Amino acid sequence: MRTKNIMIVGVGGQGSLLASKLLGKLLLSRGYDVKVSEVHGMSQRGGSVVTYVRYGQKVYSPIIDKGEADVIVSFELLEAARWTQYLRPNGKIITNTQRINPMPVITGAAQYPSELAEKVKNAGFDIDAIDALSLAEEAGSSKAVNLVLLGLLSNYFEFSDEEWMLAIEQSVPTKFLELNKKAFALGKAER
Amino acid sequence: MKQLMLGNEAFARGLYEAGCSFVSSYPGTPSTEITEYAAKFTEIYAEWAPNEKVAMETAFGASLAGKRSFCGMKHVGLNVAADPLFTISYTGVNGGMIIGVADDPGMHSSQNEQDSRNYAKAAKIPMLEPSDSFEALEFTKIAYELSETYDTPVLMKICTRVAHSQSIVQTSERVETAQKAYKKNPQKYIMMPAFAKLRHPIVEARTKALIEYAESTSLNRIEYGTEKQLGIITSSTAYQYVKEVCGDTISVLKIGMIWPMPEKLLRDFCASVEKVIVVEELDGFIEEHCRNLRLDVIGKELFSNIGELSQNAVAAALGLTYDDGKCLDESIPNRPPVMCAGCPHRGLYYTLSKLKLNVIGDIGCYTLGATAPLNAVDTCVCMGASVSGVHGFNKASGGESEQKTVAVIGDSTFMHSGMTGLVNIAYNHSNSTVIILDNSITGMTGHQQNPTTGFNLKGDPAAKVDLEALCHALGIARVRVVDPYDLMQCEEAVKEELSVAEPSVIISRRPCALLKYVKHKKPIKVDMQKCISCKMCMKIGCPAISMTGGKAKIDTTLCTGCGVCMQLCRPGALQEVAQ
Repeated sequence: MRTKNIMIVGVGGQGSLLASKLLGKLLLSRGYDVKVSEVHGMSQRGGSVVTYVRYGQKVYSPIIDKGEADVIVSFELLEAARWTQYLRPNGKIITNTQRINPMPVITGAAQYPSELAEKVKNAGFDIDAIDALSLAEEAGSSKAVNLVLLGLLSNYFEFSDEEWMLAIEQSVPTKFLELNKKAFALGKAER
Repeated sequence: MKQLMLGNEAFARGLYEAGCSFVSSYPGTPSTEITEYAAKFTEIYAEWAPNEKVAMETAFGASLAGKRSFCGMKHVGLNVAADPLFTISYTGVNGGMIIGVADDPGMHSSQNEQDSRNYAKAAKIPMLEPSDSFEALEFTKIAYELSETYDTPVLMKICTRVAHSQSIVQTSERVETAQKAYKKNPQKYIMMPAFAKLRHPIVEARTKALIEYAESTSLNRIEYGTEKQLGIITSSTAYQYVKEVCGDTISVLKIGMIWPMPEKLLRDFCASVEKVIVVEELDGFIEEHCRNLRLDVIGKELFSNIGELSQNAVAAALGLTYDDGKCLDESIPNRPPVMCAGCPHRGLYYTLSKLKLNVIGDIGCYTLGATAPLNAVDTCVCMGASVSGVHGFNKASGGESEQKTVAVIGDSTFMHSGMTGLVNIAYNHSNSTVIILDNSITGMTGHQQNPTTGFNLKGDPAAKVDLEALCHALGIARVRVVDPYDLMQCEEAVKEELSVAEPSVIISRRPCALLKYVKHKKPIKVDMQKCISCKMCMKIGCPAISMTGGKAKIDTTLCTGCGVCMQLCRPGALQEVAQ
């Protein structure tokens, strides 16, 4: 099989590392070769962050290049738009519609583009935009945005619910398990 | 057991499995987690040293005492430790010793993108270069064997994409190594000229022996492809990009031991194919070596010596097709890293910005004060350069400059290499003002303890440096502490210290807002009636404040209630909420 590529993008501090950790565990348990790359350091201070998850029979490069991503999972709308060039033809964008203003927008040096999800769609990209923040809050915590997005993502994988549940159990603390499972289910139902 | 592991964790696992029992490091992205993971093993004594030079000398001491030791640092840290590096090459080791160095091509979080492979050649120390987590673990074990067999410290060089990528490793049990006896040996360990002259030929002979080793070691391997026209010589992550693009069609010589490099193996490989291309990140290190051997190779003609490579970059240089994706026709604003809401540096920086001072800066979170709207920092060079730099600046510019120039340096950076600069200010008397931004942690690298925090790497209570007493002892009479959340206090202190005719230190003290023990106040609220849209609150670059419909708006999920914005709000629209 061809190596598959999932990009997880967002804003530093949004919890995208848990999503990549969970995906890595799930893919490894399915017997794939897996590589997961992230950049620590400066990017944690509210900057743009990106994590690459790659899997297949044999994975070489740890990163995903332009034109290669099968799926881009974005925790924030502007970040979804920023990374579109990394999508391969027929690739899919799954994004949270939440807006987090970057400093140039806060200071007035730049504008947050309006109608961004529509613009991405009109440019010919396949985009699923959902209000993951509200769904996460419905599940019990705004921090569960990652599980909502993974729930939506799960619709595009052939893995069973049991396999997803096992990966969730292995990745989140027990006391938040029910909350996270609920968030996952709410995201999954959004398709 | 087969598992997914971060490169840095695999490196630490390798240390553990190889029987390493002593680690001394200074944090630096992307190397930090090697030491943090190593510290989780009870069999390994692990510590943060105040800087990389101390770490390397400490690890050398442990090696001398007969234990397998390690010190870790980022590429620029190796510059700090270069002094012991070049001489422990001569002394060799007793217990095996590994020096871990993490380069940062692409400068994700660094001030330059130097290629540390040059150090191996210059210091005549063997260097291994793993290309993923699996190799990080395996090479570490080989490195200790090499270190003890050839009586040399061994450099292990990784880069950001090895350090911060997870790939599959195979773990095994720890093999305990007995501590070797220490025997006095003046001719080996006392590097004064007469003895050092005896050691240098031994180093040269060692390199020759290591070249022999390089010819046959499994660290260097040829993967023959199905066609013979093109051969590629590569190492580190560049190998992964080459394999990603070329698969098994072309022949690849993968160099895992980057110094010293083999000769016969390279000649044989070049003779086995029609054309040879060298694919490596940053400098043409392998390429130059090949040219010295008069081998006909192509390298930096095709590949940039700036930034990281990638599969597309390799495909482009090899003339292969690739899809560069489709761009969205929309201007996307940048999202640079910023100082966090509640960051204690913000109030102090607002003061420096307001007073329009020259600010000689340093390395840490507080470098982020250089960006708009604060624009509060003039320079960023290396660890400690602020304190030494402000002295030179003031000496050169004279009295007036002393009234409007300050240095800023963090607590950990001050311990690392700010102290000597401060001694110079006192000793050679410039009327310089140094501000120590004491947030009680090493922030930018992800919250490591340091000698000013009162805790060690393992989280146990430790001796705590008294910064005020230290500055006094270094020869500075005027030392005062301010709370950076109090703008009035900051301004008064800075103005007063700049006006007096003697050196002074201002300690701007408040713990990092991200520390778990720091209690946050309730978010600031906005009285819409009182907000006159003056945008004064926007001058501090707080990510929790924005203007919506012409009025200030507070992001309550980010706001820590620090109250700095409140002090700028003349109409009193920004208000504290009863706690």
